[in-house]
Amino acid sequence: MPGIHEVQGEIERGPSLRKLGFDSKNLDFWDSGFVSFLIRVIRICGERDIEVTGEGLPEGAQRLIGLALAVPERREPGKDEKITPSLVLVTGGRVMKIWASLMETLTFVGETATAFLRLFGGKARFKGSDFLLVVQESGAGALPIVSLISLLVGLILAFVGSIQLRMFGAQIYIADLVAIAMARAMGAIMTGIIMAGRTGAAFAARIGTMQVNEEIDALKTAGIPPMEFLVLPRILALALMMPLLTLYADLMGILGGMIVGVGGFGIGLVEYFNETRKALTLANIWIGLFSSLIFGVLIAVAGCLRGMRCGRSASAVGDTTTSAVVTSIVSIIIATALITIGCDVLGI
Amino acid sequence: MKEPEAHIVVEDLTMAFGTNIVQQNLTFTINRGDIFIIMGGSGCGKSTLMRHLVGLHRPCKGRVLYDGISFWDGDEEERQRVLRHVGVMYQSGALWSSMTLAENIGLLLEEYMGVDTEKAREVASLKLALVGLAGFEDYYPSEISGGMKKRASIARAMALDPDILFLDEPSGGLDPISGRMLDDLILELRATLGTTIVVITHELASIFAIGTNSVFLDTDTKTMTASGDPKVLRATCENDTIQNFLTRGEGRVKQRAERNGVAACLDQRAKVGG
Repeated sequence: MPGIHEVQGEIERGPSLRKLGFDSKNLDFWDSGFVSFLIRVIRICGERDIEVTGEGLPEGAQRLIGLALAVPERREPGKDEKITPSLVLVTGGRVMKIWASLMETLTFVGETATAFLRLFGGKARFKGSDFLLVVQESGAGALPIVSLISLLVGLILAFVGSIQLRMFGAQIYIADLVAIAMARAMGAIMTGIIMAGRTGAAFAARIGTMQVNEEIDALKTAGIPPMEFLVLPRILALALMMPLLTLYADLMGILGGMIVGVGGFGIGLVEYFNETRKALTLANIWIGLFSSLIFGVLIAVAGCLRGMRCGRSASAVGDTTTSAVVTSIVSIIIATALITIGCDVLGI
Repeated sequence: MKEPEAHIVVEDLTMAFGTNIVQQNLTFTINRGDIFIIMGGSGCGKSTLMRHLVGLHRPCKGRVLYDGISFWDGDEEERQRVLRHVGVMYQSGALWSSMTLAENIGLLLEEYMGVDTEKAREVASLKLALVGLAGFEDYYPSEISGGMKKRASIARAMALDPDILFLDEPSGGLDPISGRMLDDLILELRATLGTTIVVITHELASIFAIGTNSVFLDTDTKTMTASGDPKVLRATCENDTIQNFLTRGEGRVKQRAERNGVAACLDQRAKVGG
């Protein structure tokens, strides 16, 4: 069988072709590829006012062609036109997009704040069992992974610190380093990142899927505000669980440091413990807990915001989850920076 | 017969997503106790129209009046008051997946009627029994079939004994017998409770069996091309699109065949004679 371009070339070269026919006497097998080839030939002929007779073709192929050509091809204006956007257009579009997403975020934060006001006014409603379920899923469920990660972070901190400290024979300060780093920042940050990937993503995917299934619409028309019913319990649960998990992570991190200090550098167990206690002021712990509370709210808000703004398809749920995790992690790091600078200014 | 009383009035409604107009200049009245059919080809904006009527989308032009009160001009509280008397069944069922069927229905009862969990469950059982799902109280939506989800969703829409029931393709994807049972249920609801029922469907059997009034949305002209009793429309409407729709594309063909019939016969005879 000749290729379509060959045929097209033949038709164009041929002196004023009037009529085109087919001879398929020796053809004993054909498939959809054959039919689509024929249709293209017929289209090319149609553009040049050449008459086509299908009589020489197998009967089945003739019928299929008839079916395919029965409904005219739909050409949507603007669908296949490709506009090459200018730099101004692209920049403008980006700015508009950023502006829209900023407004969206602000609206959501506003709605959340109103929902909280209603909660404190005793008017908001959500099911207590929902709240407890989220607490269980995001709190107790996260313990194993938080244990593992924090222990390892403690180990890493101790090893990295020891390289420098050993040069001065100051191995004992590994205890100070690990305790302060874990309590003040690393405990909260690591827990935050774990929770962003684990719980924030789950919130976004869960609420996003509800959006796809029209479940959110069903809540709205049933007069149950989704902000109160879905978002409030999640923010509350995470704001409660994050500090608890962080406290636990601090402990695990210190334990990790202790393993390295005691096992690897010959510091006595009691010695290490006492050094840790000396270094660990309450202010450090409070700063860590305060950060974790902020992170909890940020993660829950990011997850719920993305979920609530989810489109209506499976791929939209994927995008939603991705953007929830990215937003959470970025906002955690930015918040840490702000808190650290703030503490420095305040001299804590 | 008593004078029909307007329940929902749609005035010059235009629906659009951005600059893409879905439907425009829709004006029709749904009377109290009507079984009102919203029909039209796939993708013509039937579900979108319902979303505008139940307050999920703000129309870009026009008004929706419930009992003479403009739905979109009032504040949020006003809208909630209207919606309190509206039950909606969504095309996909939209049952809350984290709750059992009984909890799905019970949640509404607990929210609005202030009943306790036990009583709510009792009423939920009754509603489920009405749609033929007795004994499925403790199933989660993911554990039942698509047709059962639709029925459960109707049960939830009926939970608060609404004045107006919106059903988005209630019999789509159901077997003929279940579909028929659903039609009977809809007729029964109207007869016993006087509920106004708005049904989005393109199931012809269902349209003629239950519809007392209708509106036809056309995809090409992006507006309504007819309204009225579907049976009357089938008998009298001259619009080709609507005739085709209401007769599955067979009506016009038959008429044309009849019109051409004589000529064809003559032709035939001429051939035989010749």
